[in-house]
Amino acid sequence: MPILCSNCIDKRAVLKRPKTGHSLCKECFFWAFEEEVHQTIVAAKLFKHGEIVGIAASGGKDSTVLAHLMKLLNERYNYGLELMLLSVDEGISGYRDDSLETVKRNQQQYELPLKIVSYEELYGWTMDAIVKQVGLKNNCTFCGVFRRQALDRGAIMLKVDKICTGHNADDVAETVLMNVLRGDIARLRRCTAISTASEGEGVVPRCKPLKYAYEKEIVLYAYFKKLDYFSTECIYSPNAYRGYARTFLKDLESVRPSSIMDIVHSGENLSVREGVKMPVQGTCNQCGYISSQALCKSCVLLEGLNRGLPKLGIGKHHRLHDKILSKQPLTEKEERKLKAVHF
Amino acid sequence: MCQVGEDDHELLQRAEVPGVSKKCVKCKEATAAVVIRAGDAFCRGCFKEYFIHKFRAMLGKNRVLFPGEKVLLAVSGGPSSCSMLAQVQEGLRQNAHKKLRFLPGIVFIDEGGAVGQSLEDRRRMAAELQAVFKATGFPFLVVPLEQVLDLPSSVVAAAPAPSERAAGVYKKAVGRFIQRDGGGRQAPLEREETPLADVPECRTLLLQQLVGSAKTLTAREDLLNTLRQHLLVHTARTEGYSKVMLGDSCTRLAVKLLTSISLGRGAQLAQDTGFSDSRYGDIVLVRPMRDYSAKEIAYYNRMFSVPSVFIPGLDTKTRDKSSIQRLTESFVTKLQADFPSTVSAIYRTSEKLQTACTSSSSADHGDRCLLCMCALDTAAENASAFKATLISEQLSQKKPPGAPSAAVPEPAPLEPESAAATGQCCSSGGGEDCGKAAGGGGCCSSAREPESSDLRRLLCYSCQLTIRDMSSVDRLPVYILSEAQRRLRRSQMREQIGEFLLDQGDEGDQRMT
Repeated sequence: MPILCSNCIDKRAVLKRPKTGHSLCKECFFWAFEEEVHQTIVAAKLFKHGEIVGIAASGGKDSTVLAHLMKLLNERYNYGLELMLLSVDEGISGYRDDSLETVKRNQQQYELPLKIVSYEELYGWTMDAIVKQVGLKNNCTFCGVFRRQALDRGAIMLKVDKICTGHNADDVAETVLMNVLRGDIARLRRCTAISTASEGEGVVPRCKPLKYAYEKEIVLYAYFKKLDYFSTECIYSPNAYRGYARTFLKDLESVRPSSIMDIVHSGENLSVREGVKMPVQGTCNQCGYISSQALCKSCVLLEGLNRGLPKLGIGKHHRLHDKILSKQPLTEKEERKLKAVHF
Repeated sequence: MCQVGEDDHELLQRAEVPGVSKKCVKCKEATAAVVIRAGDAFCRGCFKEYFIHKFRAMLGKNRVLFPGEKVLLAVSGGPSSCSMLAQVQEGLRQNAHKKLRFLPGIVFIDEGGAVGQSLEDRRRMAAELQAVFKATGFPFLVVPLEQVLDLPSSVVAAAPAPSERAAGVYKKAVGRFIQRDGGGRQAPLEREETPLADVPECRTLLLQQLVGSAKTLTAREDLLNTLRQHLLVHTARTEGYSKVMLGDSCTRLAVKLLTSISLGRGAQLAQDTGFSDSRYGDIVLVRPMRDYSAKEIAYYNRMFSVPSVFIPGLDTKTRDKSSIQRLTESFVTKLQADFPSTVSAIYRTSEKLQTACTSSSSADHGDRCLLCMCALDTAAENASAFKATLISEQLSQKKPPGAPSAAVPEPAPLEPESAAATGQCCSSGGGEDCGKAAGGGGCCSSAREPESSDLRRLLCYSCQLTIRDMSSVDRLPVYILSEAQRRLRRSQMREQIGEFLLDQGDEGDQRMT
C-alpha cells in the first residue's frame, strides 16, 4: 500500500520532509517549500517594491536555490525587484574556479546580470597565497573577513540596494552554537537577525531569505528540480572550528530533527544582561569601512600579511593598532609572537 | 586560540612540563600536589584554601542567603553535591573564619523507581547516603520520587515572591544576627525517616508508566527533571525552607546551557543556569557550585576524602546519540580535551545572560509555562522561528474540510482544528497518513480530560516538544492535569468576557483556593 502525500492525499508520496516528518509528493513539497520562503520574505518585510537586489552567488546549492527561488517568487508574487548575481573569487584553485563556472551557467539559465569580484584585485592576495603564509589553522578568518568586505564593495559597484545571501537554518544554528562555545556575546545577540542594519554609508544591508529552510530540504529541492550546482567542500575547511559545531548539529538533528529550528528559536529569544560591554559601531581610520575598533579587521589582516606577520589579526592586539596606524616598526618580541608557527 | 578575548601567549611558548619537585605557585614553599589549569600547581593546603574560599566568595558576592535562614541542600549523592555538603559543613564549623550563618537541611530524592532499579538496590544506596548524612549532623529527608504523584496543584501555580529586599537590608540583617546570636548555635533536630520499605509497588508502577509514556529518552529526561524540581520545591515549602541549594558544577552547567539551547530554551537560559532561580516565587534555587569545574571537585573529594555514592540515572551507560543531553555531554567533554578553555568560555557566556522578562513578579499564571514555570516564549511574532514551524506544519498537511479551500498560491489562515489535529499525529513521527486530519480529530472541547493539543497552549516552546514526544498525557500526575484544566477554563472565561475587561492585566487577581 503506497503512502499517499499528506497534503493532497491524492498522489504517491516520494519524499519525507526532514523538517516536519510528513510525506509529500513532489509538487506539494515544491509548493510548501516555496511558500515558506515567501512567507518569510513577507513577514520580515525584507524587500520593498522596486529595489535592486544582489544575490550573493557562489555556485553552491544554497545560492543556486536562492537565485532560482528569488526569480520564481519575484515573478509569481510581483515583488517588483530587479535581480542581479554577485560572486566572489577567493582564488582557491580547484574549488573556486570550478564553482564560478557554475555561477556563469546560472547567469545564462536565469538571465541575470553577473559581477565577479576577486580578492586579487581588491586586496592583492589570493587565498592560496594566504594559506601559504598563515598555515592551515586560521585561514578561515581571513577568507570570511575579506569576503564580507568584497561583497559590500561589489554591491556598491553594482549599485544594489540590498544583498541577499543563501544562509540556511543549519548555518544560523551552527553560528549560534559556535558563538556560545567561543563566548562571543556580541555576535550571539546579532547572529539570528534576519537582516542587518541598514544605516551607514559604505554598508549595504543584507538579508537571509532562506533562514528557516533546512539544508536537507534545500538539497531535496535542488535534486527534484534538477538544479545545477557545485557540491564540493572548500579544501581548507576541515580544520575550521566551525566543523565541531557542524558535527554536533548533525548529530543533534539525527536525535531530534526539530533541533535546528529549536536552536534558532533559542538564539532569537536570548537576552543579554544590561551592563555587559558591547562593541560600538564606528568607521575604520584607514579605509573608511564600518568597524568597532580604530582599524577594521581586514586592514589589520592585510597589514599582517604584507609585513609577513600573519598572526597580527588573530587574537587581541589592540595596543598594536596605533603603532600600525602611525607606521612605527614593531619591537622584536612583538614580531616574534606574530610570525606564523611552523612545524 | 579560538576564544574571543583570549591572549594566545601560552600557545606560542613551549609548554612547561610540571616537574616532580615543583613548588606551589601560591605559597612557593610546599611541594605542589595538584595541577588545576595549565600553569597553576597548588600544594594541599593552598588548594584547600582556594576551594573553600571560592564557595564563600560565591555566596558572599551574591548575598542571597540571609543569616538564620533555613536552606535545603539537594544532594543527589554525586561528587558535586556531596562536595557542596562538605563545604557547608566546613563553613558552619564553630571556629571557621567568617563562618556561614544559615540553617541547613538535607534532602535526597530517590529516583530509583523511575530509573528501574530494584528495591534492594534502592535501599542499599539510600542506606549508604543516610550514613553520610548522619555524620554531618544536619536534619535530613529521604523522599522517593513516587511522592510526586501526590503533590497539590499549588506547586505549579505561581506563588507571589517575597517583597524585594533592598541591598542595605542584607548588611543590617547580618549585624542584627551577630548581636543576637554570636556564639552558640542550637543543636539541630534529628529527623529519622524510615527508608523506602514504605513505597508500595503500585506507586512505582504508576511512576514508571508516567516516565515510559515519553517515547524518546530526551523527553524522558526532561520530564524527570521537571518532576524532580517540583518535588524539591514542594518539600522545601512544606518543611519551611526558603532556599534550595543545588550542586551543579561548572562543567555540568556548561552542558546544561548547550542542551537548553538545543531544546529551545533560549528564553529561560538565565534561570536554568544562573546563580539564582526565582521562578517559583517564594522558593529560590541557588547554585553555589557553579564556579567549580568537575576536575577540581574530583581532586578535592579524593584528597580530602569526601564521601559520595554513585546513583545511576536514566542515561547511564547509554550510547552517545541516545538523547540530546547525553550527546551534548559527550560533545563538551571531548571538546574540552582539545580546547581546555571551552567550559569556562561557556560559563562566561551564561553569566552575561538574563531572563527575557516582561513583568517578572506580577506575571499572571496564564503567562507561565505549566511544567517549567518560566515565562512563555510562544508569542508567534511575524518573523520568528516559532511562526515558521507553525507555517511548515500547516503547509504540509491537508486542510480539514470546512476550511476555505486554498487556491494556489494563497495560503490558508491558521486553523485551530488543523493545529489541534496535528497534535496527536505528529508525535508519531510522520510517515503515516494523517487520516485524522480529514475528520477533524477527536479533540473537541467537550472532552473532559485535556488532550496534548490543549496543553500546548499552556506550555513554553521546549515543554511543548516534550509533550509532543509523549504518547498520551493522561499519565501525567493529577496536579498537573487539574491545574491545566483550571487554566483552560479561565482562559475560556476570559475569551467570553474579553471585550468588557478594562484592564489588560490581572494584577488584582490572587490565586484561587
